[in-house]
Amino acid sequence: MSKKVLVIGEVRDGDFRNVSFEATAAAREVAADGEVVGVLLGENVSSLANELIYYGADRVLTVESDKLANYTPEGYAQAIQEVVDQEDPDGIILGHTAIGRDVAPKLAARFKSGLVSDAVSLEVAGDEVIFTRPIYSGKAFEKIVVQDGLTFATIRPNNIAALEKDESRSGEVASVQVDITDLKTVIKEVVKNTTSGVDLSEASVIVAGGRGLKDADNFKLLDELAEVLGGAVGASRGACDAEYCDYALQIGQTGKVVTPDLYIAVGISGAIQHVAGMSNSKVIVAINKDPEAEIFQIADYGIVGDLFDVVPKLTEEFKKVLV
Amino acid sequence: MNIYVIMKRTFDTEEKIQIENGEIVDDGAEYIINPYDEYAVEEAIQLRDEHGGEVTVVTVGDEEAEKELRTALAMGADKAVLIEDEDVEEGDQYSTQTILGAYFEDKEVDIILGGNVAVDGGSGQVGPRLAEQLGISHVTSVVKLEIQDGKATVEKDVEGDMEVIEVDLPVLITAQQGLNEPRYPSLPGIMKAKKKPLETLDLDDLDLDEEDAEGKTKTVERYLPPAKEAGKILDGELDDQVNELVSLLKTEAKVI
Ligand SMILES: Cc1cc2nc3c(=O)[nH]c(=O)nc-3n(C[C@H](O)[C@H](O)[C@H](O)COP(=O)(O)OP(=O)(O)OC[C@H]3O[C@@H](n4cnc5c(N)ncnc54)[C@H](O)[C@@H]3O)c2cc1C
Repeated sequence: MSKKVLVIGEVRDGDFRNVSFEATAAAREVAADGEVVGVLLGENVSSLANELIYYGADRVLTVESDKLANYTPEGYAQAIQEVVDQEDPDGIILGHTAIGRDVAPKLAARFKSGLVSDAVSLEVAGDEVIFTRPIYSGKAFEKIVVQDGLTFATIRPNNIAALEKDESRSGEVASVQVDITDLKTVIKEVVKNTTSGVDLSEASVIVAGGRGLKDADNFKLLDELAEVLGGAVGASRGACDAEYCDYALQIGQTGKVVTPDLYIAVGISGAIQHVAGMSNSKVIVAINKDPEAEIFQIADYGIVGDLFDVVPKLTEEFKKVLV
Repeated sequence: MNIYVIMKRTFDTEEKIQIENGEIVDDGAEYIINPYDEYAVEEAIQLRDEHGGEVTVVTVGDEEAEKELRTALAMGADKAVLIEDEDVEEGDQYSTQTILGAYFEDKEVDIILGGNVAVDGGSGQVGPRLAEQLGISHVTSVVKLEIQDGKATVEKDVEGDMEVIEVDLPVLITAQQGLNEPRYPSLPGIMKAKKKPLETLDLDDLDLDEEDAEGKTKTVERYLPPAKEAGKILDGELDDQVNELVSLLKTEAKVI
């Protein structure tokens, strides 16, 4: 059956987040030969609309308002609600990002619908869409179907491949007027993270440091390595607890769950709570001076050695082959 | 202030997961208060100590969850409520929302605190869902919370950036790591907890039918990821190891 599926695009610092294209690919699959309608919320976002069409949307609706410049649950919910009322879709797909995680359950409650959070893949079997998602922070997985009503899901960045960009695609871009009122949450200030621009959940390479780094200053070694690889820096809770870095960098069962192509664990022992957050990475490299460290049990490649010797050499070697 | 905490009992984070016949094996597993909910309990106690009022911890689950409620009481919460949901088949986040929504319907609430996500199901849905059902605002992933003159000023972690948000009470807040350092229950705390009120309710008490709370989604399969095999430990001179690693990543693993 062909379906109409909305995909909510997400723009950050003037550009789409990659997960928006991945969500579009997911929506395409759910829609089968139906229609994928991109939805863009914000201020001055319509110039980006075609981009979503190149990646698989059939047409795009934009809702522009100064009240949507920053995300608020009420503002986004009002805008999406209006689009849903107009379009009466069979499905809605968003990225499982700070915004997706926050607004999707609010909308699901409003629509009295189910919601599949944090899906890493999906398959269409007849009328049914079967989503796969991690449980116990990736220690296990479940397959889950929406019994009836809206096929509503947030998808984890970096797992579902975006479609090839096709600039020959075209479609209608229309604007929807929504009078955003009664915003109860007011954003007073946004403090930008000072470290590298690559977001952990979307990074294809992560260099993560543990207590073995011994000092906040030494995280510079990891910054340098991550920079050469175009990756992001993460950390174990051990490192966060020791105040070598911010909790925002923590990976694991009580931190971020990540699935990059390459995960380099530096001075991390490999505690079960840490491993839960990163063991589904495609390739894992461990650098640890203790040959017995648990992390080697799940690493594809390991170097037993002092990180202060290994990491700078590794950075130099990557520099050589990557430029 | 009327302070409520919604909390869940989860597997200890040390537990390995085993699956038999599509179900998670829970014999002998250690349980804890979901670590994020623990931050919520701690914050609730601190708010009460600063502003006065009462902390009520609420969970939806089976009778075993009494243990985790008692732990929260031992930490310093005043009252506990256990809502038994055994009658609900195929429950999901919609079910939990519906049950909690029915419970909170006639409650005077200033603030509801919960965890950002539970370390088992990992959906993070119940907080925002409940807020929507109750018609109150929510802020998720909070690392700092202050209340003054009927307003909450919070710091919200947004994928590493920080937003400072002002919101009127009543509000539902979900706790992110970094919000506080949860206390351990003291011995006198544990003694006192035994005498604190713990109310047990079922769906009937909330005027709900099983069908009202039936899930909208259904889990059709659970499985473990393929066991990761230990890989290759490189040897030789460090310079050679580094060379080999980079070349393996390029040619064998093809990730750079
Ligand atoms: C409820 C709960 C939730 C938790 N959630 C998380 C979570 O989400 N994420 C998480 O990471 N942890 C979590 N933990 C903590 C976890 O149990 C471990 O304590 C933590 O992961 C250890 O961090 P670490 O590996 O950096 O430190 P350690 O275990 O101290 O390991 C340091 C490693 O560095 C190596 N090393 C030291 N010096 C060098 C050197 N010069 N060169 C090379 N190697 C060196 C050592 O051999 C050692 O293996 C949680 C714990 C609990 C109880």
